[in-house]
Amino acid sequence: MTMTTMTTMTTPTTIKNNPDKILLGHGSGGKLSHDLIDNLFTKYFNNPILNQQSDSAVIPMSSNHIAYTTDSFVVDPIFFPGGNIGNLAVAGTVNDLAVSGAEPKYLSAGFIIEEGFSFSQLEQIVISMAVDAKKAGVTIVTGDTKVVDKGKCDKIFINTSGIGILDKKNVGISSGSAIKPGDKIIINGSIGDHGMSVMAARNELNIQTHITSDCACLNHLIADALKSSKLIKFMRDATRGGLGTVISELVKGSDYGIQIDEDKLVIHESVRGLCELLGFDPLYVANEGKVVIIVGSEDAEKVLSKIKESPLGKEASIIGSISEDHKGKAWLNTGVGGKRVIEMLSGQQLPRIC
Amino acid sequence: MKYIDEYRNKDIVQYFAGQINIISTKHVRIMEVCGGHTVSIQKFGLPYLLPKTVELISGPGCPVCVTSREYIDRAVAYSRMEDVIITTYGDLIRVPGSTSTLEKEKASGADVRIVYSILDAMLIAKNNGLKKVIFLGIGFETTAPASAAGILKARTAGLKNFYVYSAHKVMPPAMEALIDDGVNIDGYIGPGHVSTITGQSIYMDIPKKYKMGVVISGFEPVDIMQSIHMLVQQIENNEPKVEIQYTRVVKPEGNVVAQQMLDEIFEYRADWWRGLGILKNSGLKIKKEYEMHDSEKMIEVEVEETIEPKGCICGLILRGEKKPKDCGLFGKSCTPADPVGACMVSSEGSCHASYLYNR
Repeated sequence: MTMTTMTTMTTPTTIKNNPDKILLGHGSGGKLSHDLIDNLFTKYFNNPILNQQSDSAVIPMSSNHIAYTTDSFVVDPIFFPGGNIGNLAVAGTVNDLAVSGAEPKYLSAGFIIEEGFSFSQLEQIVISMAVDAKKAGVTIVTGDTKVVDKGKCDKIFINTSGIGILDKKNVGISSGSAIKPGDKIIINGSIGDHGMSVMAARNELNIQTHITSDCACLNHLIADALKSSKLIKFMRDATRGGLGTVISELVKGSDYGIQIDEDKLVIHESVRGLCELLGFDPLYVANEGKVVIIVGSEDAEKVLSKIKESPLGKEASIIGSISEDHKGKAWLNTGVGGKRVIEMLSGQQLPRIC
Repeated sequence: MKYIDEYRNKDIVQYFAGQINIISTKHVRIMEVCGGHTVSIQKFGLPYLLPKTVELISGPGCPVCVTSREYIDRAVAYSRMEDVIITTYGDLIRVPGSTSTLEKEKASGADVRIVYSILDAMLIAKNNGLKKVIFLGIGFETTAPASAAGILKARTAGLKNFYVYSAHKVMPPAMEALIDDGVNIDGYIGPGHVSTITGQSIYMDIPKKYKMGVVISGFEPVDIMQSIHMLVQQIENNEPKVEIQYTRVVKPEGNVVAQQMLDEIFEYRADWWRGLGILKNSGLKIKKEYEMHDSEKMIEVEVEETIEPKGCICGLILRGEKKPKDCGLFGKSCTPADPVGACMVSSEGSCHASYLYNR
């Protein structure tokens, strides 16, 4: 494909002199690297801190508590219904900060790209990151690009780190130390969408579905929830390992139990169908836009209705509670009236879903 | 979800739970033979709904679990050959052999690929003409017809580099062996998908010879609760017989086309089952006419000596004599992440199901 046809076909905004494919030279630090930075990264991530292009981003901070996190993204395929690896790379890190009770502010973005990767796809990924970062109110202030020989990585891997400002009153949220029996457990909607959309998008399965990833930045929803109640005691995004893993990690070694009501969980029909087909338990399937919130029972309804005001929380529900009995264990009240334990997932249910 | 939600209806499940409670007077031990049932029973928390008089025990119906270490050792040996691609259903790759697993071999460079169907394996063979592609044929009457169809198709298509390594087994000899061995069972929940192929006639000897009932069951909670109700009724009335609960799928005569295909490709042989030992006419061997697709015949390989793991009581668990929690290794040195025995590897294994849902 020639350069011109490529640009007119896929991304009309692409500027002149862009390559068709990423070459090893784009990671060399020389002229090609500078072109890539100028024509792509600073173009879309455009902000005064990044534009200085110094070795470190120098950022002003007003708080004495910061939250700091990092995550790497290797999803396969890199484009899936509902998003791409770029959306994941921003949302994953923004959400990790937000669930710690922090206000996400700054991100770094490191790209490891396989030689020969399509420039137009890279541009689509970068645009997705820029759009999501803007929506979430975060700035991508520093970055890095490496290009490796063909076959040494699978198309593109992205690492993002993030810094958020943490209000002193939210410092305990990430540990959940204030959780006590009677507290309610809320999730902001359906489970299993992301994992199953990626699974269905893999060619080898030859499955066509309408499942769309729930990939989204949750920081605004979480900020609203935090404003609505002082009794939010714990939050975690239910990514790899799904809701089941969050619940079983939380309860392990604790002096309370957890019970979850299966019939309160929202699982979309198509997700349930594909899980049945492939033998997966939706409890353990990854989400990329779901947060589990534990809140004092007196504020549970208030927080729930606040979350429901957000487009990302329309299907939110109270799915269970913290109990006095069966300490250290999580129980599921099954839809048919039975009971079973929720255990931590062992091994990989789905490889490379984020 | 249509055709599933109806069978997960809480009211109907509770109805059967109530009925079982009303009619059950004797203490009964009911064995679910099939691993699919084991998973459903644990996943939906059904034991919680049953009276104390009804005890459910898991049987030898997880094909991965009953497979010998020797089989895995040979598959591992094949995978180490330069010109071989191993294709397998996913469950098998983590099953421990004597000193290795297919997963470990894959990590050290062996070409081991997970497939969802034998047709995928054949496609790999077609696209890799210079390699020998071996499909690990595992499972009971449920998956054996697919292997048979694959072998037939490979022969028609002249796919000379495609082989099946058969560990296929048939169910009835194991069900009879358990009773012959004196395992304490009062009735069988019969395997739904095996019976879809075989029909009900293969179980007819069980009520006749052993005065014990078999109810062929579906896999949803309503199916299983109804089947337990039917069995308890049989036992209370002393009327052992073969009944089909899973009538929406299982026909009394089974799938005749699939049966013919099995007859065309396979013949019976004595086979080794974990927990049961060697049972005659319990394994399926590829017939001489099709041996060009039989890896055991066509591909020579040196296999290491088989070593059984110490302390693992998979065998007793598969016989229903012990429960996973009775094993000293369970949840300690044997977990799904680092399994010692096959019952902990397979998603249908009773140790795995117990670990996940009932610890």
